[in-house]
Formats: sequence, C-alpha cells, structure tokens
Amino acid sequence: MKGLLRKETGIFILLLVVCIATALKSHQFLGVENLQNTSRLIGMYGIFSIGAGLVIITGGIELSVGSMFALLGVILAILLTDKHWNPIAAIVTIVLLGTGLGAFHGFLITRVKLQPFIVTLCGLLFYRGIARFVADDQTKGFGDAVGFEGLQKFATSNVLGVPMPFVMLIVLSVVMWVVLHRSVYGRHLFAVGRNEEAARYSGINTKRVIASAYVISGLLAGVAGIMIAFYTNSISPSSHGNFYELYGIAAAVLGGCSLRGGEGTIIGIILGTILLQVLQNLVNLLGIPSSLNFAVMGAVILLGVLADQLLSNRTPRKRTA
Amino acid sequence: MNPIVEVRGAVKRYPGVTALGGVSLKVFGGEVVALIGENGAGKSTLMKILGGLVHPDQGEILIDGKPVQISSVSVATSLGISLIHQELNTLDNIDVAGNVFLGREPSRFGIIDRAKMRADAKELLDRLGLPISVDTSLQKLSLAQKQMVEIAKALSLDAKVLIMDEPTSSLTLTETEQLLKIVEDLRKRGVGIVYISHRLGEVKEIADRVVGMRDGQNAGEIPKEEITHERMVKMMVGRDLDRSSVVTESTAKEDRLVVRDLRTKRYPACPISFEVKAGEVFCLSGLVGAGRSEVVQTIFGTDASQGGTVALDGKKIRSGNPHDAIEAGICLVPEDRRNVGLIVEWSVKNNITLPGLEKFARVGLIDRGMESEAASVQSKSLGVKTPNLDAAVSNLSGGNQQKVVVGKWMLQNPKVLILDEPTRGVDVGAKAEIYQLMRGLTAQGVAILMVSSDMEEVLGVSDRVAVMHEGSISGVLPRKDCSEEAIMRLAVGKENHA
Repeated sequence: MKGLLRKETGIFILLLVVCIATALKSHQFLGVENLQNTSRLIGMYGIFSIGAGLVIITGGIELSVGSMFALLGVILAILLTDKHWNPIAAIVTIVLLGTGLGAFHGFLITRVKLQPFIVTLCGLLFYRGIARFVADDQTKGFGDAVGFEGLQKFATSNVLGVPMPFVMLIVLSVVMWVVLHRSVYGRHLFAVGRNEEAARYSGINTKRVIASAYVISGLLAGVAGIMIAFYTNSISPSSHGNFYELYGIAAAVLGGCSLRGGEGTIIGIILGTILLQVLQNLVNLLGIPSSLNFAVMGAVILLGVLADQLLSNRTPRKRTA
Repeated sequence: MNPIVEVRGAVKRYPGVTALGGVSLKVFGGEVVALIGENGAGKSTLMKILGGLVHPDQGEILIDGKPVQISSVSVATSLGISLIHQELNTLDNIDVAGNVFLGREPSRFGIIDRAKMRADAKELLDRLGLPISVDTSLQKLSLAQKQMVEIAKALSLDAKVLIMDEPTSSLTLTETEQLLKIVEDLRKRGVGIVYISHRLGEVKEIADRVVGMRDGQNAGEIPKEEITHERMVKMMVGRDLDRSSVVTESTAKEDRLVVRDLRTKRYPACPISFEVKAGEVFCLSGLVGAGRSEVVQTIFGTDASQGGTVALDGKKIRSGNPHDAIEAGICLVPEDRRNVGLIVEWSVKNNITLPGLEKFARVGLIDRGMESEAASVQSKSLGVKTPNLDAAVSNLSGGNQQKVVVGKWMLQNPKVLILDEPTRGVDVGAKAEIYQLMRGLTAQGVAILMVSSDMEEVLGVSDRVAVMHEGSISGVLPRKDCSEEAIMRLAVGKENHA
C-alpha cells in the first residue's frame, strides 16, 4: 500500500509545483473566473477520463470517445432543435446511445475476440464519419435553446459558484471510487487486468467484466458528451472532440494506470486530468504560443512517466486494489 | 573407434533437486540409442546439456574423443549436435525454406538470396524424401511434416548427432512410420541418433541399444538382441519404493463425481468415463502427454468440452465455464500455479478471497474486516509461511504458494477438489503438509481427483489409479493392485503388452 500512496503523491507534487509556478507568474491563475473555467473543463474531461481509466485497468484501450462526442453532440442538437424532443428524453437517449456503443465495443472485444485497439480505432473513424454525414457536414448548434432552456442552464450553471460539470465529476468519482476500490466488481476488474487466465481459473466471468468496462466508459462518454456539447454550444462535426480520447488516456496513464492492465486508481485519474488542464491553462496564461500546446503536454507526460519508471525500478512494485 | 559424443559423469543440481547425479552416455556414429525413463528421470536435462541449453556442474563431454565445452546452442551446432525439441521450434508464418535456414539465410549485401535458399532447401527435402514444396507456409503443414522440416534443418547444419526428444508423442501411426523410416535412413548415413521416447513399441523397433535413466542416474543398458518390453519397464522402474507415505484407508462409498464419455479438445476421439467416490483419492496417472490435464481442465471448464457429461452427486453440470463448476462445488488446483493458479503480484489475502469474494460483501461492497479475518484464519490453518497477509504471493516459496491456492478453494467448501500435480516444485516438508490436508478433506467426504507424475505420490496417496495412455484410460487399478510396474505397463500402452 506504500507504493500506492507514493505514486499519487508523485503526481500531486508535480501538480502543486506547476500550480505554484503558474500562480507566481500570473495573478490571473487564482482568479475566480479562471478557476471556474478551469474546473468546468476538469469536470468534463474527468468524467470520460474515468471511463478511459477503467478500460485501461482491464488491459484494453478506448480510442473512440472523441468521435463519439461529435456523433452524440450532433444527434443531441438535431433532437433538440430540429425534432423538438422532450429534453429529458433527448439526454436519456444520448446517454443510452453512448452506453450502447460501449456495449458494442465490449461485445466485439470479448465475444468476437477482436483487439481493443482495432475495435476502438474503427470506432474513432466510423463515428466521426457518421457524425459528419448526419450533420451534412454542417455545424450544429443549440441557438437560443428554445424549448430546452432549462437543460442548457442546468448543464452550464454553477452550484454555489462551482460549475456543474465539476460537481458531477465529484459525485461520479466518489461513486466510481467505491465501485473500483471497495466493491467485488472492482476487485474483479483488477484481477482480470492483472492476470486474465488466473481470474478465469478463479471462476470470474472475465468476458463480462471486460465488456462492462467498455459499457461504463460508453455511459460516462454519453454524460460527458452532453456537457461538452452545451459548453461549446455548437458542434462542428469534423473537429468537435478531436483528440479527446488521448486526453483521457493521458490522464489515466499520468495518474498511474498501467497500459499492461491491473493498475490504477480513481484519485490518480482525477489528478492526471487536473494536471493536463492546468498545463493547458498555463500555456494560455503565460503567453506561451498556443502552437506549443501539445508539445508542452507531451513533454510533461513523458517526464511524469519517466520519473515513475525510475522510481518503480528502485522499489519493487506491488500494487493492487 | 571413438564414440561421436560421450558424456562422462554429468552432474546438474538445481536448488533443492539433483536433476543429474553423474550420468554417462556414449553415442556412436550410425546407431540409434534409445533413452528411456520415467517423467523426471533426467532425460531432458541430459539432452539439454548436449544441446548447449544447460551447463553441467560437473562432468565431461567429449566429441570424437576430445573434451569440449558446450557453452551455447551455437557451439553445439558447430560441433555437429542438433536437438529437436518436444515442442517444435518452427515459425508458422514463414515458408519451409525460410524455416530450414532461419538465422542463417544465404544473403548478398543483406538481401536474402532466395534462389539459393530454395534450391538448398529443396535438395535437403529430396534427401529426406519429403514431397513438400519449399514455398509452403508452415501453418499449412501437419505436425509430422513440421518435424521433418526440423530434421531438414538439422541436416543443413551437418549434424553428426541428432537428438530427438519424444518425436512421435503427437504423431499419428502413419506419420510415426514415416518418421521412423527417416531415422533409419539417417542411421545408414552414419548419423548418431539419440531417440527419447515413452513408446516402447517404437523403441524396440528402431533402437540398436536402449539406455535407461532413473532419478538422474544411469539405470542400465540393453543391447539390441535383448530388448524386450518387460526388461525396459523393469529398468525404468527399478527402485524399491518407500511405502511409508501410505495414507488413506478410506471407506469411500457413494459416487460423487461421475464422468461419462467426456471428450477433450486434444483427444476428441477418446471418450473418457470414470467416477470418483466421496472420500476417495482417485488418481489419473500416465506419462506426460497422455491427456490427463486435459481431462481435468475439461471437467473444470477451462477447456471446452467436445462431448460427454459430468455429474456431481447425480446432478449434471453445465460445462465450459469454471464459474459453474465452482458454484457446483468442483475446484481445481492447476498445474501451472504461477500463471493461472494465482495472481502472483497480489497479496496472500487477495488471492485467498478472490473466488468467493461475494461471501464477504454486502450489496456488492467488500467488508474488509470480514475478508481479512477469513483470509487470516485460512492462512493460519494451512500454515502458510508469510510475513503478513499483504505480502505478495510471488515472494513465497513454491510450497507456500501451493498452500495459498488450496486455501482459496477451501473457502469454497468444495465437494470435489481436483489437484493437478499438487506437489510439483514443492519441498518435502510442504509436500507432507499438503498430503495431510488431502487426508483431512477426504475425511470430510470430499472427493479428490488428482493428476500426478510423481510415482511415489501416486502409490502413496491414491485409493484408485486410472492410467491413461494416448488419450484413453487403459486401466483402473485398485490400491491393492497398484505397483509402479503395473502402472508403467498400462502407461506405455496395452498393445505392446505381449
């Protein structure tokens, strides 16, 4: 259990250093507006990063969420503005659609025995294409939100000054923390990711457990997708959600999930998400050319993983739920 | 005349075991030496020494009368020794020519000279009389043909000594005949052949000399004219058995586990039937590759069944899923404990509670106090030696790891406990403790189905022994009729009995 603490402490310290450095360089960083905006982004990214982390813990990968956001966003806009659906029915449909896509991935991976990378890579291409087709390659927006003002307000509102997506992230991460670190299902998830055969020999239905991770990831993508759609307020099907899957994977890996499976924590994933968003923020606030955005992120992830590698080589690692 | 290869007094010790305790072997050009012995007699270790895979602690190897050091596979190859393993070393995604010259492709400026490679490979195949095209991809070939490709490879290396480890264990009758013909042909060309086999019929047919091994020692030699089935079995068995480990005098009555016409993936043509009574230790014996593990894997559901039924206390069990088997009360302690029996990176506690985690949970949430308590009780009652329950299983000794595997099933209250090689890699002390445990279980009416290659264990622990040979049960022996000789006779096949 010592190792577990250490790993999260590492990224937490890194996060603190980045925050302090940014705050010293820019007084805006700790301003209310900036904090609100950053935490709104953290909320949206965090929700689907948890899904990415769960899949990674089973030893798989989910590459399609960015394209899912485009597809779900486009459909949501059509349902609300063109078809004038009841807002509740619309968001339930979107969440179910995300869950269904996850279930489909899980089916292809566990029953048809295709590799997760390939299945979700095909999803990445396929959903993007369908999103553009459905939207006729036109940007879809919510306009003045006639008929669903309440929903839009809810998604973009603040609770006691805290943005709604961040509130939802807190709630979901508490739930997922219990599920992952305290439940039988969570233990099975780690077992399957660590040694699928041994898990099967212990009577665990490994296929169901693996598939369920994709289902949960799809569900969380549905929830995050709605938040992101209302945040941007217009969905350009060719660019909406581009690279988001990589943010999710990066957050999970930064937070200590091993791509080999069987390792990771909710707290780590959240810290990873926060670090990524703070870096983004830092680039904006410190006037670093935004073209360097990805370069900064890539460099920090590499450093984080390198540091972890060096540390874990020195101390024998044993980490479980 | 000097032998082509001679081994003098080879000793190889592993921690806790002496694999070879001073073995000698001579191989002359143009003869087939059959090497026989039970599982674990040290045959494979001896061959690995010749092949450069294992280095002896003591002893000498002479080639043409000159002492040599075989420090690696490439040294062995350059000395003219080729080893054909039980598990083939061919690559399925490459064609025949590519496999024959793998790693030694004729090339010019780094570009493979395909024409030369094909021509050379073709010449070798012709020499062996193989009607295969050199362009065929290996995945299209049968096991026997792949083996021939390995032999072609050995020939291309100019092998003077060819060592074949159980070459026919997975071949059909016709394929075996074809292989024996090639062996015959190689002998005529003056190649010295070491032929390791459990199939005594074959040995009798092909060998010029039979060398026996037992417990890492030479167990005698039989010249061609004196080779009989009887003498070979005697030579392999030989020793007096320590019968002091005798355990149960069980009062087994009712059938607990009933297996009817079970067909395994490996031997789908061999239906298996047997029953295990409550409170009895029923052993599946036989040589490696006879299909014993496949039978228990199929019962447990980790291997897909090809037909037949398994019933527990009169109720049929859905097959193909370990979850159902465990639910019904059938648990398996697998042979490969490090990879499938345990999650070795995990703690003792988490391993013990993994199969029955629901028992320590309310609405899906683990009660960690209850879980630790149960793991602690189990670990203590089994005498697992570990610094604490949170220590990773990988740090424990083999015997203690095995106790953890048994412990995780004890929490499931099994009705049938299947043990596949329960004491392999387990030290003597822990072995006795595991036997003690088995005794305790049978006293409670648990039926134990054991697979074992350890003859002393088979004779010491079992109430009844079913002997398997090439996928079928060739006989079931009650305790009073069990002897090493009787088992070996059944294990090498009835048809050879005369």
